[in-house]
Amino acid sequence: MARELTFKDAINEALAQEMARDETVIAMGEDNVGGMGAEGEIDAWGGVLGVTKGLHAQVGDRIMDTPITESAFIGAAAGAAACGMRPVAELMFIDFMGVCFDQIFNQAAKFKYMFGGKAETPLVVRTMIGAGLRAASQHSQCLYPVFTHIPGLKVVIPSNPYDAKGLMIQSIRDNDPVIFCEHKSLYGLKGDVPEGSYAIPFNEANVVREGGDVTVVAMGMMVHKAMEAASALAKEGIQCEVIDPRTTSPLDLETIIESVENTGRLVVVDESNPRCSMAADISAQVTEQAFGSLRGPVKMVTAPHCPPPFSDVLEDLYIPSPEKIAEAVRALK
Amino acid sequence: MNLNEAQLLQAYRKMRQIRAFEDRVHDEFATGEIPGFVHLYAGEEASAVGFCMHLNDEDRIASTHRGHGHCIAKGVEIKGMMSEIYGRRNGTCAGKGGSMHIADLEKGMMGANGIVGAGPPLICGAGLAAKFRKNGGVAIAFVGDGGSNQGTTLESLNLATVWNLPCIFVAENNGYAESTGSKWSVSCENIADRAAAFGMPGVVVDGHDFFAVYEVAGEAIKRAREGGGPTLIECKLNRYYGHFEGDAQTYRGVDEVKKVKESKDCLMLFSKRVTEQGLLTQAQLDAIDKEVAAEIEASVAHAKSSAKPTSADLMTDVYVSYP
Repeated sequence: MARELTFKDAINEALAQEMARDETVIAMGEDNVGGMGAEGEIDAWGGVLGVTKGLHAQVGDRIMDTPITESAFIGAAAGAAACGMRPVAELMFIDFMGVCFDQIFNQAAKFKYMFGGKAETPLVVRTMIGAGLRAASQHSQCLYPVFTHIPGLKVVIPSNPYDAKGLMIQSIRDNDPVIFCEHKSLYGLKGDVPEGSYAIPFNEANVVREGGDVTVVAMGMMVHKAMEAASALAKEGIQCEVIDPRTTSPLDLETIIESVENTGRLVVVDESNPRCSMAADISAQVTEQAFGSLRGPVKMVTAPHCPPPFSDVLEDLYIPSPEKIAEAVRALK
Repeated sequence: MNLNEAQLLQAYRKMRQIRAFEDRVHDEFATGEIPGFVHLYAGEEASAVGFCMHLNDEDRIASTHRGHGHCIAKGVEIKGMMSEIYGRRNGTCAGKGGSMHIADLEKGMMGANGIVGAGPPLICGAGLAAKFRKNGGVAIAFVGDGGSNQGTTLESLNLATVWNLPCIFVAENNGYAESTGSKWSVSCENIADRAAAFGMPGVVVDGHDFFAVYEVAGEAIKRAREGGGPTLIECKLNRYYGHFEGDAQTYRGVDEVKKVKESKDCLMLFSKRVTEQGLLTQAQLDAIDKEVAAEIEASVAHAKSSAKPTSADLMTDVYVSYP
């Protein structure tokens, strides 16, 4: 019998299994345990949204709370990784990269290259992305294109519980620094997750739905919006092939191009802002490498070029919707 | 002071190696053969050597843009360093790092760093790793007076105390952050005074005096190894060259460097003390000077005759694995 877990619990289980398997795996972050220095219970929070809840009882001091000091502890995780540990550091919201980015992109990402190959930095930065919780401009962004831009980093964006577990296990075992992006609106999503340990290799896109008319590439939460659009379009007789790249660095362009060679049409859905986004990047690469297969322009469905707004009316307009995706697909037919 | 003759000779050799290395790089840079940005450590030798004399390969240090001295003190091979500075394929970092990024993790040297204040967080991680691995290792972050003002440094001081890490933070105050005087840019009289705010001991030491540095370093390192937590140490010292090679140093006082060289040069103070106290002879020191001069000469010749990287090297070592 298949067992269902939420996206959040799938990540928790991956952490627990890897920490049990390998004692060099440590975890740290603000409130990852919760309750340090207070009179109440330890493991009070287990992460601000409870992703690491219960780990403290299993691994003890190998999961650590940190002061609110992202530069220091993200840098410490990078330093510990270069000294033989496998740290999983939680940058609570990806929006907080502004206070610690140097340690990620100038330090961890560059050690191997700058040091002539003689360094390994098996660091995982877990971080929440995405809009939908009315969390406004500084807690709702999808900044993964910024990380994808940096040579030396790998970027993972799971869209379901099965992938979340397998990709997290791969991230921890991987010997390069990995940015693991968790869409906060997905935490409650349930899906089949095997109890045993398994790793999903990077650079392997998942064809979520097969179809011969239009290729739709989407990642994270947008996979679900694209699937909704695809169901609606199927009723109109338009068959979408929905592809979830799962990792944006490395990017499995091969699977996308193979699909485009068949459909001749491409829509890229990306919750980030449009300029220099994954949508722009995938569009450019497909246009360059498979121009002859395209029967029309590549369509990008993204958030607009504005910060994520607070008011529900505005945020709903901000997030790419199934309707907007369907509209883009129809425009190509 | 508990240094035996071999250790004293070692300390002098390291300081002389750094001085000779830096003086030579200064001269060679002027010929135009050395590319990029180079920041020299001459004048500050007693600090790097005074700390690193206590360390083994398991112990880690993180350095600054002014990193050559820390590399040599921590045991990074001189020939490889010179080749690296010349951008050669057989350099310490295969010609991909250059002066600002020399690192040798096997020697516990976690890198010079082009970002001011980047080292302290990394050193918290090195200290954390030593704590988990229970290997008795310590980790030292060197920063300048400029780096002492960075948020990364201040955050690391806090974290090191909160996590009780075996870390030492060394602020090498040479009086200038680039061209800006530390008397103006540091908000308190001594950088070490800030230690109190982070719940750790703070010590000011004369960075020209190897023996003073060695003693202070030894106490802090011993405490860290025994689980007693971090220390902030300020070495007050001087740099003999500019912020970078090519800096006209018009911000410095007339004869400022000349006066320091004549009154408190670290190699001069060391030589005076060991010969006056009969610990070493002038002949022993002279012999080291001669050997080091030949070593540096050979390293330059080796670097100049070594091959540069090829196009095949451009895309290697970006990742451990990437399709």
